[in-house]
Amino acid sequence: MTEKSSITLTINGQNHAIAVEPRRTLVDAIREDCGQTGTHIGCEHGICGACTVIVDGEPVRSCLMFAVQAEGKKIRTVEGLATGDTLHPMQQAFIDHHGLQCGFCTPGFLMLAVGVLEREPDIGDDELIDVLSSNLCRCTGYQNIIKAVRAAAAEMRK
Amino acid sequence: MPAPTKQTYVGQSLPRLEDRPLLTGQGRFAADISFPGQWTMRVVRSGVAHGRILSIDTRAALALPGVHAVWTGADVAHIPPIPFRLTGLKALEPYRQPVLARDIVRYVGEPVAVVFAQDQYVAEDAADLIDITIEPLPAQVRAIDAPGVYADDLSTEPSVIRKSFGDIEAAFRDAHAVVALELSVGRHSGVPMETRGAIGRYDEVRDILEMHGAAKVPHWNRDTIAQMLGRDRNSVQFFEGHVGGGFGIRGEIYPEDVLVCAAALKFRRPVKWIEDRREHLIAANHSRDQTHRIRAAIDAEGRILGIDNEFFHDNGAYMRTHAATVPDLAAAMLPGPYRVPAYRVAGHIRLTNKTPAGTYRAPGRYESTFVRERLLDAIAAKVGVDTVEIRRRNLIAKGAMPYTLGLETLGTHIVYDSGDYALLLDKTLAAAGWDDLQTQLQNRRAKGELVGAAVAMFVEKSGLGPFDTVRVEVTPDGIDVITGVASIGQGIETVIAQICADALGVRYDTIRVIHGQTDRIDRGMGAFASRVTVMCGEATRMAAGKLRDKALRHAAQLMQTGAEKLDIVDGEVVRIGGGPSMPLFELARALPDGLSAEDTFESTHMVYPYGVHVAAVKVDPATGAVAIERYVIGYDIGKAVNPRLVEGQIAGGLAQGVGGALLEEFLYDEAGEPLSVTFADYLMPTAREVPASTILITEDAPSPLNALGLKGAGEGGANPAGAALAAAIDDALQRPGAVTRLPVTPMRLKAMTSG
Repeated sequence: MTEKSSITLTINGQNHAIAVEPRRTLVDAIREDCGQTGTHIGCEHGICGACTVIVDGEPVRSCLMFAVQAEGKKIRTVEGLATGDTLHPMQQAFIDHHGLQCGFCTPGFLMLAVGVLEREPDIGDDELIDVLSSNLCRCTGYQNIIKAVRAAAAEMRK
Repeated sequence: MPAPTKQTYVGQSLPRLEDRPLLTGQGRFAADISFPGQWTMRVVRSGVAHGRILSIDTRAALALPGVHAVWTGADVAHIPPIPFRLTGLKALEPYRQPVLARDIVRYVGEPVAVVFAQDQYVAEDAADLIDITIEPLPAQVRAIDAPGVYADDLSTEPSVIRKSFGDIEAAFRDAHAVVALELSVGRHSGVPMETRGAIGRYDEVRDILEMHGAAKVPHWNRDTIAQMLGRDRNSVQFFEGHVGGGFGIRGEIYPEDVLVCAAALKFRRPVKWIEDRREHLIAANHSRDQTHRIRAAIDAEGRILGIDNEFFHDNGAYMRTHAATVPDLAAAMLPGPYRVPAYRVAGHIRLTNKTPAGTYRAPGRYESTFVRERLLDAIAAKVGVDTVEIRRRNLIAKGAMPYTLGLETLGTHIVYDSGDYALLLDKTLAAAGWDDLQTQLQNRRAKGELVGAAVAMFVEKSGLGPFDTVRVEVTPDGIDVITGVASIGQGIETVIAQICADALGVRYDTIRVIHGQTDRIDRGMGAFASRVTVMCGEATRMAAGKLRDKALRHAAQLMQTGAEKLDIVDGEVVRIGGGPSMPLFELARALPDGLSAEDTFESTHMVYPYGVHVAAVKVDPATGAVAIERYVIGYDIGKAVNPRLVEGQIAGGLAQGVGGALLEEFLYDEAGEPLSVTFADYLMPTAREVPASTILITEDAPSPLNALGLKGAGEGGANPAGAALAAAIDDALQRPGAVTRLPVTPMRLKAMTSG
């Protein structure tokens, strides 16, 4: 298992040439090998969604994907959401609606919501709650996250 | 120019100062902290609930490339067990946890060995190669069973907490009737989204041992680990980064914290340990897990004459830092908002072969509120009045405040400082549209729907002393507030800044609140017991006021006027009525010692917020699922510094309360094998299960014990959620007293509806 392969991960438009074991998870590669620690690890079994990133336009659990599987794909993480000093509407909405407390699950929720809304800008309310129920938050009780995502959805449709 | 008008910050729902780095991926959680040359630590845990260690073979692990060392109990035999932080009864001391097991293991998940390796992958490979032979011993898995042998002459019941007031014998002798119940609250816990983590680092040049990843109580932990490792407290420093949720369980001293520090010292290498989720679910503190046998003596109108309660607290395998805190709080806070003329409680602290337990948001109160409110519901049923009326009859009147309960907890006498319980009940019922709701529910029940509603009331405690110290400094960049409290994600940087902004006369977003850094302030109490806004808030107000006086005195000299003719507005010393002004930082620069002030707020009494929850539910008899259709919370916290953050605390607490009421439970089999070891087994509520709630924050009873009237807001969202949901389910089933045990999982509810 210790044989390493050389791969290139493209994260937020930046190429990272790294050498990883085949068993290395994408989230470990993003955090440890590429130094992007905004993506968090909450359970390592694909349930909490803290590690959600966008791979080729789809939100994925980066703890359930191997780094080698992500080669050649476009990976987006929370570090790439803002444009310079201007926050993404989703980030701004989380501030405006107090959608975070400790902030640990937040990058996963941001990437989940952005990924889904980019694909389905007109997603219905009920469907949106279904989508958001795929990630866990332990601080907010979710209602402010739902409000923030709805507000950002309206902003993103403009 | 005319002096600008002053903005008031306290009481405003301002955006948080904490948010931006957390939203842009710039947070510094424990796992985000790394040092060059660091080693990774992996804990090898017992797979047996109770047994004798016969051998530990580490040879294969040590032979693996990339493995630096392995420790077993023998390597850390010189380190004492982890001491108690709160409620540390002498009788509990033999039950403290060693940092690695010696001879005996007492729960699945107990640290038996640790591997130090170049990275996490190698460390986990090596951990798998360590061969531990354990001879199983009989496991004790139920706290209500007769006590057994813990070790030698130690029983699994080290102590019984006894509290009482009034003439309990007379109360029962004179009773019109007696109501008796047996009620249980399951084992669940905080389970923050960030698992635990700690990084030990030894700076040989300065002879300083550092621990990064500190949380909750950095100063106490620093002092304690220094003592355990035989070092001077000033040669150990703790650093708090971002903390991904606390809820009582995170930030206590656990074996792993001591181990990374000891290893960093021994190996002269940074040592990093990050817990995985499976470990978290079997190794970090569990909580709740109590069974109560309660009896009430009542008169013909359902007024309580006396309460006699015996309960069994399952603390798991060891007494950790909280010692007797949880059962003590359960015993002391049980009477709640009601007049109870006589009370007697015996709380049996029992050890079992499960993960050790500690505090979790509303510790002891989630349990005792469930028990007390179930009791009130049963009294209502007994005398044939409705559940709201029975509460009205028993509430402590506003005129009785301050109300001395006649009990002690956490080293303080319980004195409800202020409150108008009946008023909040009225307001909350009105907000819930209670009367209309009753009509609607009746109509729906007539059509066959299983729908119901209920109310639960409670008194919380907050603002635990004995002190908090704050230093406020004027810097070129703004104002620094330095405190020994900690952030667990609750928004203290914003709230403390708001208080400082008003007291000093600066913008809240020019204030930097520095917390959790033991090298910046000599002492501090940390963040627990809903204490930060109350204790640190008042200390901040005092220190900022002192700084303001000092600034005005110095400015008066420089500006050649009287201090009484000056004010501070938006960080500028201005003349009242207009004229030249001077920024605070320039004033500070003009003074040889700069501009700073320190003050300490001391308090020997806690402050007591109180609340009402109203829940309306629908039970699906086909699946046993409970849908929460309406949830209204009234909470009087004296004064809300930032109402939106208070609502956030309450809504978040409610989600955890709902989890404990309906879903979350650490289950064990008869051999003590944990069955809830992933998020697929331990079910936390998602956006689907947590209801939208209406939150009514009231300020009818400011605390007389601090200048702003503050009470803590952290735990009232969770406290009575189990009680309210249980009663609402009873109502939906039209079977008073049906729910006797939390959580009411779909399986249990289905069994109730089909049974």
